[in-house]
Amino acid sequence: MTTRKLVPLIFERSTPGRRGYRLPDLDVPEVPVTDLIPEEFLRDEAPALPEVSELEVVRHYTQLSRLNHGVDVGFYPLGSCTMKYNPRVHEDVTSLPGLASIHPYQPEETVQGALELMYNLGQYLAVISGLDVTTLQPAAGAHGELTGLMVIKAYHSQRGEGHRKEMIIPDSAHGTNPASCAMVGYKVVEVPSNDRGGVDVEALRGLVGPNTAGLMLTNPNTLGLFDENICEIAKIVHDAGGLLYYDGANANAIMGIARPGDMGFDVVHFNLHKTFSTPHGGGGPGAGPIVVREELAQFLPGPIVEKKGDQYVFVTPENSIGRVRSFYGNFLVYAKAYAYIRSHGPRGLRQVSETAVLHANYMMNKLKDVYHLPYDRTCMHEFVLSGVWQKEQGARTLDIAKRLLDYGYHAPTVYFPMVVDEAIMIEPTETEPKSTLDEFIDVMRRIAEEAKEDPKLLLEAPHNTPIKRLDESRAARHPVLRWEKA
Amino acid sequence: MRYLPLTQEEQQEMLQSLGIDRVEDLFTAIPKEMRLDADLDLPAPLSEAELVRHFSELAEKNNDLKSSVSFLGAGSYDHLVPSMIKHIAGRGEFLTAYTPYQPEITQGVLQSIFEYQTLICELTGMEASNASMYDGASALAEAALMACAATRRELVVLPSSLHPEWQDVVKLYLKSQDVSIAYLPYHEKTGVVDAKAFDGIPWSEAACVVVQQPNFFGLLENVASFKKVAKDNGALLVMAVDPISLSLLKSPGELGADIVVGDGQSLGNAMGFGGPSLGFLATSGTKLIRRMPGRVVGETVDTDGTRGYVLTLQTREQHIRREKATSNICSNQALNALIAAIYLSVMGKEGFKDVGYQCLQKANYMKERLIQVDGLSSPFSAPTFREFVIKGAVDWEEVNMRLAEHGFVGGLPLARFGLPELVLFSVTEARTKEEIDSFVNLLRGLIS
Repeated sequence: MTTRKLVPLIFERSTPGRRGYRLPDLDVPEVPVTDLIPEEFLRDEAPALPEVSELEVVRHYTQLSRLNHGVDVGFYPLGSCTMKYNPRVHEDVTSLPGLASIHPYQPEETVQGALELMYNLGQYLAVISGLDVTTLQPAAGAHGELTGLMVIKAYHSQRGEGHRKEMIIPDSAHGTNPASCAMVGYKVVEVPSNDRGGVDVEALRGLVGPNTAGLMLTNPNTLGLFDENICEIAKIVHDAGGLLYYDGANANAIMGIARPGDMGFDVVHFNLHKTFSTPHGGGGPGAGPIVVREELAQFLPGPIVEKKGDQYVFVTPENSIGRVRSFYGNFLVYAKAYAYIRSHGPRGLRQVSETAVLHANYMMNKLKDVYHLPYDRTCMHEFVLSGVWQKEQGARTLDIAKRLLDYGYHAPTVYFPMVVDEAIMIEPTETEPKSTLDEFIDVMRRIAEEAKEDPKLLLEAPHNTPIKRLDESRAARHPVLRWEKA
Repeated sequence: MRYLPLTQEEQQEMLQSLGIDRVEDLFTAIPKEMRLDADLDLPAPLSEAELVRHFSELAEKNNDLKSSVSFLGAGSYDHLVPSMIKHIAGRGEFLTAYTPYQPEITQGVLQSIFEYQTLICELTGMEASNASMYDGASALAEAALMACAATRRELVVLPSSLHPEWQDVVKLYLKSQDVSIAYLPYHEKTGVVDAKAFDGIPWSEAACVVVQQPNFFGLLENVASFKKVAKDNGALLVMAVDPISLSLLKSPGELGADIVVGDGQSLGNAMGFGGPSLGFLATSGTKLIRRMPGRVVGETVDTDGTRGYVLTLQTREQHIRREKATSNICSNQALNALIAAIYLSVMGKEGFKDVGYQCLQKANYMKERLIQVDGLSSPFSAPTFREFVIKGAVDWEEVNMRLAEHGFVGGLPLARFGLPELVLFSVTEARTKEEIDSFVNLLRGLIS
């Protein structure tokens, strides 16, 4: 990225009296506002919104966009986030008025196309996961986790085992897993990793018991490694009366190759914005549907779509936990995932996962002599290096990440998972051409050289970005969370 | 596959460099009995042209509100959306970025969120806003939990005039953490909560009282009485607001709200069958600000002293605090928040005021015309803004199907929420007098 000029705030472009948009003239007879609303309810002064022309708004946000890195701009190997290409046709097809301009409370008979899409997407996700019934309501991965845990809790309660409140989570798990547990009143029991990066099976055996609600597992896990003991893990948890929750953050590694349902998982969430290529949008909207085994379907949030004859209808499951958000979830997001599945087909999805895994192994193999590789075994769709060698030379993982920005790349995920010191988590995805992978490998090798020869170059990086390293502790110590007129 | 650039030759090269023959060799960690030996049972792939055709067919099975005239609201609104929004928000640099973990190359998203936070503060009169959440309902649930944490109390007082789906979401979130709920009935004549309803609530245990303004029926609640009871009892006042109404109504900050939430769909976002949208959450005072769930962007400087923006107050969040975080929420609805920010900017101070004013005038016009129709009446006496309830001994579901044949989408029959004979209408600035008049005339014919 070349250095670009920073942009003033929209408020700083404001000129009193300027307007950007005009409504049609009011065509109904006017009544004084105070005849309709008591004066004490009315505000004295309109909100101080910017006063700018339409062109100024267009330029402002266009200029802002140019300060931003996205998959469209360049390589984005952010581990665990699956920053793959987002096909533009998905934006077009989900902008059709028949999808974008329909209201959630229209009579079902007038939105049969939307219900058909929801029904079929639910079926496809069931096929891909090897489980049975889907709800599309959760708005994000963490929201899916929350929903899945609520379902597990309802299951145990119905069986008179509401005392099962311990959820086992590996030490390598995403932070959302324990945080979601806290949201449903579960106690987190941490299971350590073994020396192959998987769950320590013996430790797990010692942790399960009559209070076990279940186990949350990402597989492949956050180290990018497939846990080869999954059958045994599932058996231990099930024998103890617990359920298995699959965090689908890393599902891009296994589509059409293996299915969580076959591994023994009872509940799965998918991050449709990762695996199924719906755009991440700068942090959202995502979609985090969950799929469950038949006997858990009675607890799903409602409504879900069923097919009765040739009609699609909304149905609320018998013992539904309730709702996790209004309406039916992020419809226009999961409609893109539907498009993605339809354009790939079964073999295409398998090819996606195979290529993602091949890319990751290719890169890992080309980098492991210059960066420490804590778990030297075949990885899945991502791999975790450690910056400990560079740290000894005076440059930390953070500095490597910042130096990568100078070369026009987004940095990998850093300092996660926490089980690896100075972690650098790289996920290339399947949509990058080999030339990009090769160039990135070269740059990573060059940076390793730089760390040896001239660590200062890394410590002071980035050099070529619109702004230099920002003082994060100042931001937290003296929070300035909004603009104020000087 | 058209999105996979890897050629056969490149694949061979990669396999060779790994010293393996086949891609399958990379999957040996997966126990053999778990590896699929057949294709997934999914439909065959579609080309782009076929996909577009397929989606057009699906879309045609829906009656869209571009070709019909709608009076539906109840949480999703048909407002005018300036054309430029989709072009700007659709730029790849916004669309295909993720959470701004590397602020040096994501100032675009960070600054737009900082501006969004400022705009939400302007609307609500609060000191700080987070970077947005999933939707209004879940934002309200999180606000209630935040109030419990801040007051160390475990009772939330909800008005029964709150949107029923929002009630469901709040109930589920609270139940999951063993927080109790007490309900305030609305008065059957006014449709809003009156102070008598406050009797009998164990206020000393209450973490917060919630008020939705305007309420589910579109009626304006007397927020001052909620504030008084909250203040007298050391409980927080949580307001769920309609952002468009804040163009005219007193800001929650002026009314003494402690936490304010709402749904931002109406700020330039598509209805999209209910999602995606965004929930906003704003609050005041250091203590509550540090308890906010979700992402927050703050201003700082770089090593040269240049102003810039970063994610901040992260020690509240799940990736650092894990089970001790203020919430499990990880993402925000950045793109929808961006749309809301662009909408508010291009509408501007005057334009936004016009939107609220026209909603009020047009809704009032239609309400007055409807209650002149024989058999229809206004069941509630409290003032309204953009939505209102009409009562009539009519099969509203049936009437709506008839209206649909004429290109109209009628109001929402409240029978689905246990309120027979009532129907909720919404009238935005997008409706014209002609549409309203035709609708009323047609309806009169259908029910006489």
